[in-house]
Amino acid sequence: MDFLNALALITNYILLPGFTYGSQLALGALGVTLIYAVLRFSNFAHGELMSFGAMICILFTWLGQSYGVNFGVLPTALIFLPIAIGFTTLYCFFIEKFVFAYYRRKKSDPIIFLIASIGVMFFTAGLIRFIIGPSDQNFNDGVRFIFNVREFKAFTGLDEGFGLKTSQAITILTTIILCSILFVFLNKTRTGKSMRAFSDNEDLALLSGIDPNKVVLLTWVIAGGLATFAGVLYGLDKIYKPFIFLQMLLPIFSAAIVGGVGNPIGAVVGGYVIALSELFVTFAYRKVLAYLLPESMEPAGMMQFLSTDYKFAVSFIILVIVLIVRPTGIFRGKTI
Amino acid sequence: MFLSAENMLGGYGETTILNDCSIGVKKGEIAVIVGPNGAGKSTAMKAIFGMLDLRAGNIIFDGKDITDLKPQERVKSGMGFVPQTNNVFTSMTVMENLEIGGFTNQANLSKNISEVFKLFPVLKEKQKQLVGELSGGQRQQVAVGRALMTNPKLLMLDEPTAGVSPLVVKELFEKIISIAKTGIAILMVEQNARQALEIADNGFVLVQGENKYTDKGSKLLSNKEVRKAFLGG
Amino acid sequence: MNDVVRRSLVFSTFAVAIVFIGFLQSWNVALGIFNLCLISATMALGVNIQLGYAGIFNAGVMGFAALGGLSAVIISYKPVSETISLGGLGILICILILLLGSVLGVIVYKSNLSQAYKKILFPLIIIFVLLLLNLIGAPAVERIEAFEPAASGFLGGFGLPIILSWIVGGVIAGLVAYLIGKITLGLRSDYLAIATLGIAEVIIYILKNEDWLTRGVKNVNGLPRPVPYEIDLQESTWFIELCQNFGFPLVETSSIVVKLSYCFLFSIVVLTLFILSEVALKSPWGRMMRAIRDNEISARAMGKNVKARHLEIFILGSAIIGLAGAMLTTLEGQFTPTTYQPLRFTFTVWVMVIIGGTGNNYGSLIGGFLVWFLWVEAEPLGLYLVELITSPLSETNLLRIQLITNAAHMRYMMMGLLLLLVLRFAPKGIFPEGR
Repeated sequence: MDFLNALALITNYILLPGFTYGSQLALGALGVTLIYAVLRFSNFAHGELMSFGAMICILFTWLGQSYGVNFGVLPTALIFLPIAIGFTTLYCFFIEKFVFAYYRRKKSDPIIFLIASIGVMFFTAGLIRFIIGPSDQNFNDGVRFIFNVREFKAFTGLDEGFGLKTSQAITILTTIILCSILFVFLNKTRTGKSMRAFSDNEDLALLSGIDPNKVVLLTWVIAGGLATFAGVLYGLDKIYKPFIFLQMLLPIFSAAIVGGVGNPIGAVVGGYVIALSELFVTFAYRKVLAYLLPESMEPAGMMQFLSTDYKFAVSFIILVIVLIVRPTGIFRGKTI
Repeated sequence: MFLSAENMLGGYGETTILNDCSIGVKKGEIAVIVGPNGAGKSTAMKAIFGMLDLRAGNIIFDGKDITDLKPQERVKSGMGFVPQTNNVFTSMTVMENLEIGGFTNQANLSKNISEVFKLFPVLKEKQKQLVGELSGGQRQQVAVGRALMTNPKLLMLDEPTAGVSPLVVKELFEKIISIAKTGIAILMVEQNARQALEIADNGFVLVQGENKYTDKGSKLLSNKEVRKAFLGG
Repeated sequence: MNDVVRRSLVFSTFAVAIVFIGFLQSWNVALGIFNLCLISATMALGVNIQLGYAGIFNAGVMGFAALGGLSAVIISYKPVSETISLGGLGILICILILLLGSVLGVIVYKSNLSQAYKKILFPLIIIFVLLLLNLIGAPAVERIEAFEPAASGFLGGFGLPIILSWIVGGVIAGLVAYLIGKITLGLRSDYLAIATLGIAEVIIYILKNEDWLTRGVKNVNGLPRPVPYEIDLQESTWFIELCQNFGFPLVETSSIVVKLSYCFLFSIVVLTLFILSEVALKSPWGRMMRAIRDNEISARAMGKNVKARHLEIFILGSAIIGLAGAMLTTLEGQFTPTTYQPLRFTFTVWVMVIIGGTGNNYGSLIGGFLVWFLWVEAEPLGLYLVELITSPLSETNLLRIQLITNAAHMRYMMMGLLLLLVLRFAPKGIFPEGR
């Protein structure tokens, strides 16, 4: 019983939030890693792309709500996700055409692409604040919990429990579905294989008759789509804050690099590794240990490795350690 | 001549590497370009494939002047090219490499794959393995197989035996002969000059971007000057 | 000669812009902008040494600037004797433990123990040090932070003249840069950027959360100034007489005098740094740096110790950024950890250097000046533009109101556009790097 109580505590405070946040990071990191693998640069604007997608979704949600549209127990925003993806993809095409295409033609150094992506980041950040303003927006209008802690306790009779938020369930499910689709696409379809071939060996892919423009645009479609999903799901789960996405960029990069940049499976695993370790390291284990240890050994302190304030810092520390110890990441990514 | 590159003149930037160089090959025959390092062998190959802009000269392929076509367009018109390095997709399986090779030739995909497997039986065994994990000789087979997937009428090989163990070189050359026997014209650049000339119908000895000797492969092999200068006696 | 003409033209255009602001808005505003322009130029000079001389992409500018700010607090704030007696000893012991731990770590690292032993010893040392810090540090920190948290709750500083912190800020930033550089400089350029971005974030987290040191998000206000206070000027007889004699308004003049004093101090720093940077750039050392940047492999083949040279550059540039950070905190008179945002502190400085001309010190000066000027003036300019564009709409139109309230954020868009345009059409910047 005590063991179950401890498990319920950990599920409520680490596993569920960890897998939710990890899913959001994974979706972001997948986009970063795909852009790195195919377009060959670290896209610093990716956080803002997520923000852009979420913003469009919020705007349409407001519009929809003003006409009385709603999705029952689910958040209305989900209805407008496809539209948001469309707009974000268009925006990606726009920056590809007016910014990155030129450097691709010139075969510029990846660092030039990186600087250009910082320009795009600035521009997009300004555009978003200009359109929706800098303040927080809560747009989750669905039912908050599938079951909450109280209901769980009543149902199981345990002293501790966990609640499952609708947004958590949606996030985790969506991520599983999206990742499956993406992996099937990359490994089983002709177009997906052509993308991988282009990423592996651009010159040879050209010789094989693969159209580079198609691959580039397709990459933006996928990256933009994933970014929108990540942004919207994060906004639904927590809250939409325009400035949070620059902060998100670092855990996302960490996830991509820890998993092995350029490697999609690595990005997903990296996302969960980062998110879970952030929570594991900053969780206060006092109550958990109280259940697991005999009474005489009950700990006096909080039993916390690092204060919760340092949650974000954990991902950077993991990143730096991975960069030094194994720069190719867990799943040997690309190194140019 | 099925392919004839005539009087090619060109190089990178200001420097001239090819100087009035002519190369030709007939259907079903093997032509080999040999010569000392820096003679412009690979450059001649690149020029024929359109990866180098020529200042003068023409390339006639299958009766058409293709001098102004881009490499991709030359692939469409029936040229296959195996570069010297980076000639496979290392992160993809053998099968996927062949599939990408036949990207523009979907109609004949399965037929071509089985033909490549017939030619290189080892690839059939390892079809699900990542190419990055194969040996050097097997990689070259994948590279040639990939190029064959477009049903080329001319196959160009840039030093196919570079980095391959001597035992495998012989086997690879035998495969190349059997490819030629199916009626495909083969043009290759080789460091292994002696062995290459043994299987060649025609040989081109380049020196400083110029044709120094052009003759039947067997005649070049027996030519005293050629032997002395390029084949080590 | 052409260069000289070009430079004078660009710099005088900038001077005209400042004078224009002086007449149009006020001299107070103009001088306020110019002072921050000087600080920006200092940062840009530091980043230029790294990015321009050596091609090192340091995305941790913000962290080093914040360390400079921290040193301003530690040097100038008067010591809080109560908290020192409550927890000073504990903190001191903690610092000693950290030092000892690091020394122990280095000894183990340099020793000829086998790799397996080292792998066990390192985590052991880290765990042991953390444990000790928790045991001794946590209660001390708790006692310190519990003391009058609304007004104090931190150790304070040494109560020394704040100008001293400019040097100390440089030194601290340089020391931290040594540590960071040791770890990260071997990385590829984009990884280096990401790693330094992360480390800067960690530095800010520490400053935000270690209240005993910085008061965290409660900020440290009222740092002493290196220049007179307005109120003192307004009360001193000589100043009142001076103003009366010339017919200047007393209050405004006092604040202009204060700003001018800052301007004088900052100008000395900027000029000194500029001259030193120019000398360094033209010296054999500078030529070697550029040779390494342009072709690392051949430089290495020629026997140059690339890693050591990069570390030098990284430390030097970061020290200058730290100095600039201390200057900024001095000017503001308060230390606010939450204001350190990468967009404002890191990437804007990059924009300054790139727009000015990477590798050119004149470029860093003008880049720092212009970009800061635009950063500040983007707000009124953006507002003006939005009002112009939306003028056909009615006063109460929701879209118009929304756009006008958000117009201030045009500055980010403008920074982005400016960077993209310069990168595309004038990648060498206003003053291209000379040979």
